[in-house]
Amino acid sequence: MHPLMTDVAESSAVHGFAQSYAPGDAFDEMVEADGSLRPHWRMFVSMLDDLGPDELQSRWVDARRLIHDNGITHNVYGDASGLDRPWNLDAIPLLTEQAAWDALSGDLAQRALLLDRLLADLYGPRRTISEGLLPAELIYTSHAFLRPCHGIDVPGERRLHLYAADMVRTAGGGYSVLSDRTQAPFGAGYALENRIVLSRVLPTVFRQCNVLRLAPFFVALRRTLSGLAPSNRDNPRVVLLTPGPYSETYFEHAYLARYLGYTLVQGNDLTVRDARVFLKTLGGLQRVDVIFRRVDDDYCDPLELNASSYLGVPGLLQAVRERNVAVANALGSGVLQTAGFMPYLPKLCRFLLGEDLRAPSVRSWWCGDASDRQYVLDNLSSLVIKSAYPSRGADPTFAAELSKDALGELADSIRAHPGRFVAQEQVMEATLPALIDNRVEPRRFVTRAYLAADGDGYVAMAGGLTRVTRAAESFVVSLQKGGGSKDIWVQSNGPVSQITLLTPATEKVALSRGGADLPSRVADDLYWLGRYVQRSEAAVRLARAVVNRSIEQGGEGGRPLTLLTASLVGRRIDSVPYACERPLLSFLFDPKYPGGLRTNVNSVYRLARLLRDRVSVDAWRILQSVETNLTQFKCDLDEPLAGVGDLLNEMVIGFAAFTGLSTDSMTRGLAYRFLDMGQRVERAGTTSHLLRDTIVTPGQDDSLLLEAVLEVADSSLTYRRRYLTHMEAHAVVDLLLADETNPRSVAFQLAAIDDHLARLPRESHHPHGQPDRQLMLKLRTAIQLADVESCCGPGGNGPPLSALLDDTIEQLEGVSVTVAQTFFAHTKATSVLLGLGAGR
Amino acid sequence: MKLRVRHTTAYVYGETVPLCHNLVHICPRDTHHQRLLEYELTIVPTPVAVRTGEDYFGNSVAWFSLQEPHRELSITAVSLVDIAKGVSGTPLSDAWESAVHSEATTADAEARAYAFESPYIPISPKLADYARPSFSPNRPLAEAAVDLMRRIHREFKFVSGVTAVGTPVLDVLRDRRGVCQDFSHLMVGCLRSLGLAARYVSGYLLTRPPPGKPRLVGCDASHAWVSLWVPGYGWLDLDPTNDCIPGESHVTVGWARDYGDIGPVRGVIVGGHRHSLKVSVDVEPIEEKAAARA
Repeated sequence: MHPLMTDVAESSAVHGFAQSYAPGDAFDEMVEADGSLRPHWRMFVSMLDDLGPDELQSRWVDARRLIHDNGITHNVYGDASGLDRPWNLDAIPLLTEQAAWDALSGDLAQRALLLDRLLADLYGPRRTISEGLLPAELIYTSHAFLRPCHGIDVPGERRLHLYAADMVRTAGGGYSVLSDRTQAPFGAGYALENRIVLSRVLPTVFRQCNVLRLAPFFVALRRTLSGLAPSNRDNPRVVLLTPGPYSETYFEHAYLARYLGYTLVQGNDLTVRDARVFLKTLGGLQRVDVIFRRVDDDYCDPLELNASSYLGVPGLLQAVRERNVAVANALGSGVLQTAGFMPYLPKLCRFLLGEDLRAPSVRSWWCGDASDRQYVLDNLSSLVIKSAYPSRGADPTFAAELSKDALGELADSIRAHPGRFVAQEQVMEATLPALIDNRVEPRRFVTRAYLAADGDGYVAMAGGLTRVTRAAESFVVSLQKGGGSKDIWVQSNGPVSQITLLTPATEKVALSRGGADLPSRVADDLYWLGRYVQRSEAAVRLARAVVNRSIEQGGEGGRPLTLLTASLVGRRIDSVPYACERPLLSFLFDPKYPGGLRTNVNSVYRLARLLRDRVSVDAWRILQSVETNLTQFKCDLDEPLAGVGDLLNEMVIGFAAFTGLSTDSMTRGLAYRFLDMGQRVERAGTTSHLLRDTIVTPGQDDSLLLEAVLEVADSSLTYRRRYLTHMEAHAVVDLLLADETNPRSVAFQLAAIDDHLARLPRESHHPHGQPDRQLMLKLRTAIQLADVESCCGPGGNGPPLSALLDDTIEQLEGVSVTVAQTFFAHTKATSVLLGLGAGR
Repeated sequence: MKLRVRHTTAYVYGETVPLCHNLVHICPRDTHHQRLLEYELTIVPTPVAVRTGEDYFGNSVAWFSLQEPHRELSITAVSLVDIAKGVSGTPLSDAWESAVHSEATTADAEARAYAFESPYIPISPKLADYARPSFSPNRPLAEAAVDLMRRIHREFKFVSGVTAVGTPVLDVLRDRRGVCQDFSHLMVGCLRSLGLAARYVSGYLLTRPPPGKPRLVGCDASHAWVSLWVPGYGWLDLDPTNDCIPGESHVTVGWARDYGDIGPVRGVIVGGHRHSLKVSVDVEPIEEKAAARA
């Protein structure tokens, strides 16, 4: 009989949950050395047993759907399949008792304080070096030791505001710190998402386990960040600075910004004037008080730090130096993000804090030290070798896995550049239960704890992020390499009180409306999102008309079909059977087709990602399914058009729903105006194009063609109501071009655009200062004055109409360019000038 | 001797630049043999404010921004410095080996901050190998370094335009040509690769030489040379471009690990990718009386 059976109630479901769970000899989180369940796991295990394996599995399917639908993703570098990889969450949390967690938190708080004091010393007197507690080489060779940050006065002499410690449990069950994250530790937001998903999937279990909430940690973090504001202390503007959507953890940045109530910005959204930092908004420049950065510190200011960076804010360092803005974590804090310091921490702790270090590190050796190096070379095959200097994406080398030759090469590199390497003991032995393919199996793991500066000390999150190895034998927990993550449940002895992050009633929120503080870049992105959505929708409608006719006519081309196809793909189509099929299919499905549907939908997707903090979850879901349906569509080789009509139908509905949802849930502020304006400009343009490509060309099958045009422009019903089945070109043109009451007409779009333009914030209210509105006036007048009947002529053809349409198309682009110049001009890139050099 | 330095940097941009931020290292610092008597910085168009301070290495630094659209920018620094006569001959020193990673005194330990690789200057066995013939066992440090300087001067060709600010030092070693910045980086790299502490010095040269002396190379632009930590003596300046120990003709602006830390003018502009840049440097001796009136 399995040992578990002796301890838990004799329910057959025990078999389901943990029948095969057999950890090795090392410490295991769930079972004791004698195989019995640890007391704090009993309730959880029995509740999961009550659910039964099938129910657990089905809930887990729900969780995965929730993760997919919420778009919880993690970018993987160099993954050909695209940017997003769904977040991998394990159904079984790591359970821990509050007393144990509190003790651990206290130890880590001391470590955080030590690192903070060490930063103060390194960017100040550097007594730790002059007194011989730290080797000079370790600091002076590090590219992460940012000399321009030397001597900067930071608020409260605090540089480390958010700290994370990656910990392992040793074979005996003790915690050791494997790495210190002092730069911009990621994952606090994922921990929050894990909690939300897990508490929804296992609501009863979650409640019964008295799990401590994560919110108090974020309340403290927010208090600390607000407290950094050098001025405007009552209502400081805090922004979250992200490297952008290509960052590995962009999802988290958008999520945290929304959760903490901060504006999500990229470097380009900020500007420095008079050594003060401002957010560039449509309403003008708005002062920024605190920057919560997710950008590595040397990338934050191309003027004084890494000149090749485009992610930062030129002049930021001077603003920090003059205490006009605070940055968290302080610039330069990344220098400690290496195991190279670990051998020296115990002495440093006594020197800087006068205490013994309570949270021990994994045993580490810095090879720049002669005796450490000797130890490392003598014991190389049992050690893990890492870079001694903070480095992005450099993987540790598990020397035990190396061939004899590779081991020799490693030893040679260590001898050649000893200072660049640090070695650590291989201690990752402890295991915990992970749900792998519906079975509970032991896996090794690393636990990340988060601490936020709070008052004089640090407060730990009651939870965190545990990452597990993918394979049983593996020691690699990198999410980049496909490992999974776990929620951590810190169990209180009593019931847990609810805490919300919303501001308590004692602090009155200043009322705010209209959103003139919309960052200009966001307005730019929204405008183009609108344009690409509309462009894709128009293409899909047109393609649908082509497909339907193509199938009806069995490839017998005909003039309407060739004209419509030509309009869609943007080139002439020969009037022979089946000539339309190939260009149509490549337009729809070839990802490399310039201006094809795939390209357009891709742009929609890319922009929506950029706007993750502004697009509602529901709207995002719709977009995801549109994108997935299109990219995963498989053409039948024998009958290439089969199923295409259905796909296009779904896509039309998808785009309509996206537009409806995203505009319905937006206040009629500036964000809405730019999104809608983008849509209107594009719709006016595509309708004009359609008319120009079809109606102005003389031919015989006019009524069939006109019917198709009305269908594409979604105005067939209106037309029939007015004119019944009598097809006349000038009536169609009037309805689609000049009729301001038809929401699909060009004139209607122009009126709407003009209305938006009239309401945008501007520096000048004089008409001469508003070239975009002048252009609109000209455009609207031309269409209003056009005599549609005569310009279509008998039979509905003639040069005047084509001239009018060409003019409309050209001027619309003019409006678009002027809007960009007036409102998005800042998006210009910066360049760094380094001078000539000496003697050149 | 009193020297007046006029250093002008002029940018012309291909399009209007709405905003630029600049950081300049063009104000000569005081050293044990140089005193700054007067200094005037003129920027056109006039920035809102010029902020001055000291960088990590103790050099003077100035920050300024132009917040109005502009198409041209000129930065002119005029300084008056008083320079004491240089050392005559190679100073006495101990065997070079005793200086390798020495922390014998506090000053030695502090100088060690310059013994490591830096962004523009690697530490490499190739550089150490090049230096080795000058550093025979037990040779006095200063004598060995002067020999290294002489060899670089002899074996490398001064050619403008074949290297750029970012040309790797090892390429310079391979091709045996470059300008003063390349020779200085190279020599610093050689010294550091042996475990010695050496820094990069940015400055100027007297434009017209005193009667009877040759015109020095590199005087029509900003100049660069090397400074080596010699225990018991201090920092010893060495100019590999001119094979000399800098004296009255060398005006020091400042020093750092390499060019990257102390480039004279550094700026970030919005837009304006196309630009032209002109630099002119003029250094002339000032008569005692004229200096008093100035």
